[in-house]
Amino acid sequence: MSKRKPYVRSMDGWWKKNPYFVEYMIHESTALFVAAYVFILLVGVVRLGQGEAAWNAWLEALKSPLSVVCHLVLLAGAVYHTYSWFKILPITMPPVIVGGKKLAPEVLTGTALVVAAAAGLALLALVWRIAL
Amino acid sequence: MTKILKRSNAPIFWGLFGAGGMLSALFVPMMVFITGIAIPLGFLLPAGTMSYPKMLAFAQNFIGKGFIFAIISLSLWFAAHRVYHSLHEFGIHAGTGAKLLCYGIALAGTVVSASVLLRIGF
Repeated sequence: MSKRKPYVRSMDGWWKKNPYFVEYMIHESTALFVAAYVFILLVGVVRLGQGEAAWNAWLEALKSPLSVVCHLVLLAGAVYHTYSWFKILPITMPPVIVGGKKLAPEVLTGTALVVAAAAGLALLALVWRIAL
Repeated sequence: MTKILKRSNAPIFWGLFGAGGMLSALFVPMMVFITGIAIPLGFLLPAGTMSYPKMLAFAQNFIGKGFIFAIISLSLWFAAHRVYHSLHEFGIHAGTGAKLLCYGIALAGTVVSASVLLRIGF
């Protein structure tokens, strides 16, 4: 075995030194919030498949104060995912040419955020319609 | 030329990531609000919105079933891909093990949701 101990620069907290990378780490971490919510939803689907008693137990569990607080945190994470997803859309998407000119990034992000808000409200309206 | 270039499987995972990221960006915030806040607190939406008969009917409806499956499955592929590629940022040299773990969880979620939704019927 080699006795060499080459110097390896530590990576601890490298991203904390630059606000750009702090934001990057926060927006990357939103995936964990989305995943956590989807797991809760997956449990709900499994419980729905098990019958009425199991489904009602799941609904009851969601009423606990801890669950509501967790969902407020998840909501913040999910909203930030939406915001950051569309903020980087001008970079991740091929350039949109309108009238021979490249569409400004702010216009693209702004339009996408309006579409996202409309999609959310449409979903709420649909749920409302099903409920009545 | 006899050597056949091996095709990369990266576009498949990237495609699932893009679809899941887009779908969750559009709908997950409102879904968190509905299922995790409004319904448990009895706020805004009518009582019984998520009652068993209503949700069973929603999950048996072709569109409802497809929506639930797409949200769960694609969001998990999105999260798995992002977490897998973020390991590098923490100095973890992601190998086959990490790849199997990340995408394996997404695959497991896909299989579980698909099997339950199919068993619920149409």
